[in-house]
Amino acid sequence: MIEHDIVVIGGGPAGMAAAVAAYDSGAHDVCILEREETLGGILKQCIHNGFGLHKLGRELTGPEYAAVYAEKVAERGIRVYTETMVTNLSPERVVTAQSTKGILKIKAKAVVLSMGCRERPRGALNTAGTRPAGVYSAGTAQKLMNCEGYLVGKRVVILGSGDIGLIMARRMSLEGAKVEAVCELMPYSGGLKRNIVQCLEDFNIPLYLSTTVAEIHGKDRVEGVTVAKVDENRNILESTKRYIPCDTLLLSVGLIPENELTKSAGITMDRVTGGALVDENRETETAGIFACGNVLQVHDLVDYVSDEAEIAGRGAANFVLRGKRCGQTIKTKAGSGVRYVLPQRVNADEEEEVALFLRVTQPFSKVKYTVSSGDRVLMTAMRLKAAPGEMEKLILKPEKFKSAASEITVSLEVMQ
Amino acid sequence: MFDVAIIGAGVVGALTARELTRYNLSCCLLEKENDVAMGASKANSGIIHGGFDPEPGTLKARLNKEGVPLLYKAAKELHVPFKNNGSMVLAFGEEENKVIDELYERGKKNGIDGMDILSGAEARRLESNLSDKVTKALLVTNAGIICPYALTIAAAGNAMDNGAKLFTNYEVAAIRTSDDGFTVSSADGREITARYLVNCAGGFADKIAEMAGDKFFEIIPRAGEYMLLDKSEGDTVSHTIFQVPTKNGKGVLVTPTADGNLLLGPTAEKVESAESTETTAAGLDTVLKLSKKSVPSVNTRAVITSFSGVRASEKGGDFIIEASQKVPGLIHAAAIDSPGLSSSVAIAEYIVELLSRQGLALSKNPDFNGERADTHAFKKMSDAQKDAYIKEHPAYGRIICRCEKVSEGEILDALRRNPKAVDIDGVKRRTRSGMGRCQGGFCMPYVMKLIKEETGKPMTEITKKGGKSAAVIDRL
Amino acid sequence: MTKEMTCIICPRGCALKVEVDGGKITVTGNSCKKGFQYALEECTNPTRTVTSSVRVENREDTMVSVKTAKPIPKEKIFEVMQKIREKSVCAPVRIGDVIIKDVFGTDIIATKNII
Repeated sequence: MIEHDIVVIGGGPAGMAAAVAAYDSGAHDVCILEREETLGGILKQCIHNGFGLHKLGRELTGPEYAAVYAEKVAERGIRVYTETMVTNLSPERVVTAQSTKGILKIKAKAVVLSMGCRERPRGALNTAGTRPAGVYSAGTAQKLMNCEGYLVGKRVVILGSGDIGLIMARRMSLEGAKVEAVCELMPYSGGLKRNIVQCLEDFNIPLYLSTTVAEIHGKDRVEGVTVAKVDENRNILESTKRYIPCDTLLLSVGLIPENELTKSAGITMDRVTGGALVDENRETETAGIFACGNVLQVHDLVDYVSDEAEIAGRGAANFVLRGKRCGQTIKTKAGSGVRYVLPQRVNADEEEEVALFLRVTQPFSKVKYTVSSGDRVLMTAMRLKAAPGEMEKLILKPEKFKSAASEITVSLEVMQ
Repeated sequence: MFDVAIIGAGVVGALTARELTRYNLSCCLLEKENDVAMGASKANSGIIHGGFDPEPGTLKARLNKEGVPLLYKAAKELHVPFKNNGSMVLAFGEEENKVIDELYERGKKNGIDGMDILSGAEARRLESNLSDKVTKALLVTNAGIICPYALTIAAAGNAMDNGAKLFTNYEVAAIRTSDDGFTVSSADGREITARYLVNCAGGFADKIAEMAGDKFFEIIPRAGEYMLLDKSEGDTVSHTIFQVPTKNGKGVLVTPTADGNLLLGPTAEKVESAESTETTAAGLDTVLKLSKKSVPSVNTRAVITSFSGVRASEKGGDFIIEASQKVPGLIHAAAIDSPGLSSSVAIAEYIVELLSRQGLALSKNPDFNGERADTHAFKKMSDAQKDAYIKEHPAYGRIICRCEKVSEGEILDALRRNPKAVDIDGVKRRTRSGMGRCQGGFCMPYVMKLIKEETGKPMTEITKKGGKSAAVIDRL
Repeated sequence: MTKEMTCIICPRGCALKVEVDGGKITVTGNSCKKGFQYALEECTNPTRTVTSSVRVENREDTMVSVKTAKPIPKEKIFEVMQKIREKSVCAPVRIGDVIIKDVFGTDIIATKNII
């Protein structure tokens, strides 16, 4: 068994930013365990641009954004174990990993979880029909195309209008495939508006809302899909069924935080986010284990992943250098119109302002957010619009939450 | 010229080949698909039935009872995942309570030991997630679960290790009989000859019988739809939970699988052909509703895949395992629906006995080795053992499938040992790579790369399951 | 003439209203100067950054991602793609290396390091 002060699990955008922030906060014995050959995570296959505007002040592609952070890691001489997959994590922070060199066991003073997320597969949708080749999650098709240089199909239907689905609609079109339709089960798209414009409208790709794939056809390879409208309870309307011939069905139907290790360490999870319960430093309920990025909550922008990872990295460094904080915590709660609030608890002795991240339950326009504790309103904020696909951030000053009782609630009301 | 040719590399064909290699003779398996276990053998409940259910006096009753201990033994020798977890049949209400008593009596007649009748409360004590509405249950302790395709692959592989030949993509197009035996030609123009012919063609057994000039039965294809749940749900129940058979079929079961998932299903719908393996919205809905009847808390949000398997039934209701009365040297093993898997080793032994009665000389093959190395040996090692093993074999250190933690070494092994995996699904069934919660989303490109390196095929020719199922269609 | 469009400059995606009155263009709904600029260009000469990838000849199944260093006219997207598709490179390639020179007033540059 070897020892490191901080072990960061996963070298994607979250892991790299967390390691750099931990180092810069004075914890120099930090290492990253990465299962692939190089750092970068999913950014390596996200070759489109749109990354970094908020964080770096310029618009980069995914690989460029990853390279900026990989450079920071290298400059600091942070140890990176590549092609090393963590297979177990104990609550006592013993990390077991596997590589071609053997089994590696590391005892860490603090651990940062940054394993990212994975795509929901076809099976989770219970789509009826055959099981041919040609049904891929959008990210798999993206990797085959952008990293290895293979086209998965020439006539495509995409189910799900999340950003990955939209980006792949454009990418497939650029490479000469015909994207017949993007279908979205919900009455609204989960993707960014700009992506609907530059990925669908630019290429005349139709977006069908409240529409799903009812059946998949074809024996060896996809030959077509039956699409249908759904009612408000998402039940298929039989009379609206229609057949679209295609050779490929891409799925962009949601991301699931990859929390197998988190669960194996017995860390308490949040059923709504699919990630761990954390405080404002992104420390889970198991002391010394922190989480950030898409393993904690699925983000829409990598810039915010980096922000969150820096919080976790600093938190881990403080834990190593100054030890555990003990004191009162205040719980945060999602009120009406709000799906979740993160962090789920705040240390009452926190001296810095705390950013509350939240997602709403459905699209709204002209809303007022209210952060309250019991009957007392701590703060309010107005927004012109709110959408489930866009994470909202409210800044709470320390004097505000210090005056709160044991719980604070964030709720939303629509303004007239 | 082979001594015996077996048409169909499903579980019965593969185990028959393995039984035959115990003797000094030559045999081959002819399979129309790209791999073994591509029909009902890869898509069924994976249940080792106790044997109480078949009508007393039938072949099913006899071979199920004989087959269970033989199957447990073969599974151990072949290192196929199985578990003797026991089963329960649930009754809901007075009328069904009577059926439980009838099943118990039938089981006694079939000579099945280890049965017990439980009250609803006793059943819930053993299985806390059962419905409050369960009024009575039949407990069968010898029942179990097994991975059916792993059994088929292991049996075919063990037969091949002992000298049997496997011909895949061999779709039988014509059978000619002569005094010497049989000439079996394939759709793509290949031909093999054999002195004896065994028809294990599953859903196509009637077509093969017709080609051989001995059609006297008709296969009725019946589809069963299933849902497979994440391993997180694998301990929802520990026994295999049946419902009493009703007029509408045998009912839907809820069972752990030998690999640790939870399986719900099947439906039972008559379908057009043995290849009608599409799932339907109505079928999946039925599976959900009926499984919740037994286990209301079943977490249907944890479904990772759904599938359908087509069973080969026949109107008589029993297995058809017999020597042809018209064509000397031809043995039929047809209409092997439930409890076919439970009976499979007994069926294979019975087929060999029938061949012997037809004149096939059986002298022991002294070199026969019925043991097959464990595919999952690496997974079962301790960390220290793994460390030592990886230092000798570094490929085992590189994890390809994150969900099921399958290493490159295990995938290369699947591509190299009998019967060699040749496509993406073949790797999946042998290693579980792609069988976890992401269903191959991460590992598929890596698996393709390994197949490419191992077979020398270009990426555009690497298929999901043979035929025209190429995964990528063009190089950019 | 009034045109409605979504600004694609940043993830905010402002809903813009553009009024063209002869030679005079007024934009509302934008949150910043870039939005105004975008609306102006979108009405006169819409441009896009094109991103794609180019095969690396001396590496097995490897692509290097590329982009247009500056946005190019929107109607030239497929012409640019054709040029990109015809191109291949040899590693090593560094971020910023020019892969194709002078394409509609800009270069195609690498966005990934292939060592």
